[in-house]
Amino acid sequence: MAKVRIHVTFKDGVLDPQGKTVAAALDKMGYKNVDSVRIGKYIEIETKGAGKMGEKEVDEICDKLLANPNTEKYSFTIE
Amino acid sequence: MSKYDRANDLEITPAIIKEHGFKQEEYDNILKILKRPPTYVELGIFSAMWSEHCSYKHSKPTLKKFPHKGKYVIQGPGENAGIIDTGTDMAVAFKIESHNHPSAVEPFQGAATGVGGILRDVFTMGARPIASLNSLRFGSIKSANTHRLLPGVVAGIAFYGNCIGVPTVAGETVFEETYEDNCLVNAMTIGIVEKKKIIKAKASGLGNSVMYIGAMTGRDGIHGATFASAELSEETAENRSSVQVADPFMEKLLLEATLELIDKKVMVGIQDMGAAGLTSSSTEMAFRGNVGMEVDMDKVPQREKGMNAYEIMLSESQERMLLVAKKGKEKEVEKVLNKWGLHAVVIGKIIKKQNIIVKEKGKIVADIPIEPLADSGHPLFPLKHQKGVKPAYLADINIKKSDVKEPDDLEAVLKKLMGCPNIASKSNIWEQYDHMVQTNTVTLPGSDAAVIDVKDRDFMIATSVDCNGRYVYLDPFKGAQIAMAESARNVSCSGAEPVAFTNCLNFGNPEDPEIFWQFEKSVEGLSDAARALKTPVISGNVSFYNEGPAGAIYPTPTVGMVGYITGSEKRYCKQFFRDNNDVILMIGETLEEIGASEYLKELHGLVKGPVPDINMKKEVLIQKTCRDAIKKGFVKSAHDVSKGGLAVALTECCITGTLHGEKPIGAFVELQSDIRLDALLFGETQSRIIVTAAREKVTALKKLASKNNVIISEIGKVGGSRLIINVDWASKKNPKKINLGIDELIDIWSKGVNKYV
Amino acid sequence: MVKFGVVVFPGSNCDKDCLWAAGDVMGQKADFIWHESKDINKYDVIILPGGFSYGDYLRSGAIARFSKVMESVQKFAVKKNKLVIGICNGFQILLEAGLLPGAMLHNKNLKFICKYINMRVENNSTPFTGACGKNQVIKIPIAHGEGNYFCDEKTLNSLIENDQVVFRYCDEKGSVTDDANPNGALYNIAGIMNKKGNVMGLMPHPERAMKKELGSTDGNFIFDSIVSHVKKYL
Repeated sequence: MAKVRIHVTFKDGVLDPQGKTVAAALDKMGYKNVDSVRIGKYIEIETKGAGKMGEKEVDEICDKLLANPNTEKYSFTIE
Repeated sequence: MSKYDRANDLEITPAIIKEHGFKQEEYDNILKILKRPPTYVELGIFSAMWSEHCSYKHSKPTLKKFPHKGKYVIQGPGENAGIIDTGTDMAVAFKIESHNHPSAVEPFQGAATGVGGILRDVFTMGARPIASLNSLRFGSIKSANTHRLLPGVVAGIAFYGNCIGVPTVAGETVFEETYEDNCLVNAMTIGIVEKKKIIKAKASGLGNSVMYIGAMTGRDGIHGATFASAELSEETAENRSSVQVADPFMEKLLLEATLELIDKKVMVGIQDMGAAGLTSSSTEMAFRGNVGMEVDMDKVPQREKGMNAYEIMLSESQERMLLVAKKGKEKEVEKVLNKWGLHAVVIGKIIKKQNIIVKEKGKIVADIPIEPLADSGHPLFPLKHQKGVKPAYLADINIKKSDVKEPDDLEAVLKKLMGCPNIASKSNIWEQYDHMVQTNTVTLPGSDAAVIDVKDRDFMIATSVDCNGRYVYLDPFKGAQIAMAESARNVSCSGAEPVAFTNCLNFGNPEDPEIFWQFEKSVEGLSDAARALKTPVISGNVSFYNEGPAGAIYPTPTVGMVGYITGSEKRYCKQFFRDNNDVILMIGETLEEIGASEYLKELHGLVKGPVPDINMKKEVLIQKTCRDAIKKGFVKSAHDVSKGGLAVALTECCITGTLHGEKPIGAFVELQSDIRLDALLFGETQSRIIVTAAREKVTALKKLASKNNVIISEIGKVGGSRLIINVDWASKKNPKKINLGIDELIDIWSKGVNKYV
Repeated sequence: MVKFGVVVFPGSNCDKDCLWAAGDVMGQKADFIWHESKDINKYDVIILPGGFSYGDYLRSGAIARFSKVMESVQKFAVKKNKLVIGICNGFQILLEAGLLPGAMLHNKNLKFICKYINMRVENNSTPFTGACGKNQVIKIPIAHGEGNYFCDEKTLNSLIENDQVVFRYCDEKGSVTDDANPNGALYNIAGIMNKKGNVMGLMPHPERAMKKELGSTDGNFIFDSIVSHVKKYL
């Protein structure tokens, strides 16, 4: 079994209303060191049996389903 | 030219000019206006302001044909939204707008930002939004693209409207192959405002501060306005940098802050930074006030590092507004914004010279006279006087009735129609919208028109949004008349008097003379019907270039009608049958028409005319009769006969009570006619309304109809658990009938679309 | 007159409806309380209204619970034993603030749902349900995307044992069934209260069911209960 760990976040420059609101809340709560917050998704995929996944395949999964190519980017590690 | 810092400026090459979408003669006009070559920022400003989206260069001459005056009109087209009087201290503001192209690329954000934009248009007039509607069109319900677009668009509308707390009360969702590659997302919002608090998007007062409020500026949707004005090609589908992300929470704060600013009387005018952002808001506000404006890019709050003046001026970041403060009131503006956790920044001032002046790092990077940018009457404004040519396809568009075989099994036809995408229940769509927040929605979605109560005032608002694009395609003039008539009829069926309308004119490429002909005829048809109904247009939007690889969409001039129910009794009506033994009557008469119908398409696979006839004089009287009957308390239900004809309308009367917490109820109907059975039952003859009345009110109702010179006939009675339609057809030997269980009809109707949502 | 305070968070959108229900319909005194206020002791009842406080970003209610006013609401509820009712987003805030146990998950169909549903009164001897009959069926709208109540087994058992489950989704005849559960909530839970019985949260909107024209008047049962309770005991 192999494990793929994927992070999906908004592309740089795309507005992240959620991150912005959380940053403002943290500031209000007194955490003055916080500059900005970006919120994304963390996804784990486990493969069947001894099956491994190649980078190309993970790219494809991300492009097709996990990330919205209009607004999001992703990164991953394969174990 | 020395005052222009061109050291870092791009050279304006023919390639850049072309990239900005200019025709040579347009660029020549720029040279004439400036008397020098433009800077890159100026070129961007011209291209945004002269884009179809902002300039209406192809549509303006035609739009002049619309009636836009009337006793109720306070504000006609040309502002953020139109406003009508109610006869009380309150007025009603409303407008519809398209977000077709952004939704086709990114359905969730595209639809959400569309809702956000139209809400801002209404509350920048000082009005609190009280209801939203939408008109959606997709390709076949079975296509993969529809399965991607439909859930995204619906979720985007829900996300925005629900969060901001404005109920989404009505709408229409149409499935038709023509919209496969270019879906239509038209969003409408209605607001109410105390007349004395109406504010406009007009700048005035030399030296007054120009302030920026709301979200920070990023590189979102740069050239969104020009994007909306280009046909969607495979290439633009790849080029997806134009996506803007919606933030309804920010907008809720902006909404409350804006209305508070109006209460505190600290501003002169305000405008949403919508299409073409800061460029159009600054230029248009200054133009309306006959002043100039100077704005400093270094003061504009920026979300991203290293943005230049070009990007800042053309960004379409959402949830931002531009306002002109009253002299010395800047601090008070700031205080209100701070209360809502937002910022207000002075970014410029009103100047006498009627130019838009943009500064960056202390230098002037744009200095353009406003008139030729914004005034379509200016000789150098690129207004297009187009000539339409009747499309070739119309030469052979009508079918002979005799070529259409009459069906044997009428029950099968009714069942098929009740489950077909354009007739089946859309409850899985509108249950995703909060349609009850604000506790004013007295007629929920799923009736002819939504009815919104206005607490503490003697009026209610009824509204409906409609268009049958197939009719308009088959006969633009008549189709548009019908769109208008039907929208008004829906409102009349709730008991309300139609007062004014807004429209969203969705068409293909106007540079194609055949498309332009469709556009002209549609506007003429709408205008003709509007004059007859005495309902002027008070706002609207034109969306051209709705085309895909397969060609232009059906011409789709969507009509959003608003009407009033007045009087302290606030008598209104819903479409479904109420009580056993109530008498069913039909106002109007059925002609032998099957052209353009849902029946013809669903059962025979034909999209062919002729479109049903419409006589506006008759239409007006029929609607009046219906309204009067409701007002006098003669009728308990009223339902417009439209898609699917009489049999479908009767079925809807039996079963749609289930959407409103009522039990379904059957009906027994007997029809006498000597026309074809399919025309009688499923033809879409216009100007028909089904009403029900208690037996003792029938005489008075008939008298009322005959006073108005309107045909009314008793066709049956309410009751039981089946819909039975007997046809007494004198010239045929085998009388036929429909006899179906209500539960079975509900089952078919509930699943047709809902299973895909 | 009973004094209702309706808290306004940034993003609240049922605040005006609650004010209307308590004030105009019930004829009681009702004011808005800004989320930065501290002094709320003059009120008899605090309503945390529905809406999308802070856009519901991160998690529904997660940011609102840190508002200044919530410290006062804690004291109001825990020390003063006064009544607090959280409706929809208000319920979510009460959960995040730990004034009620459990959490909300996304509706099981992952969609926002706005429609009339039925709920059964499980406990009619609370300050919020005194005017209801035992097992009375209440017709009332829901409007939420995250109303799928969840807690661990131990918590659920203690909620049941202590009669803290106030409302459960049911069909129109009062049967609690899976089909009648609109959002997948554990044990069909629509509303619960704390052990002391002075803090209640519910997902459905009683303030939207106050007038026949709106489709139901059953919301009055809840507001009537609160008003008579306050009049009787405070």
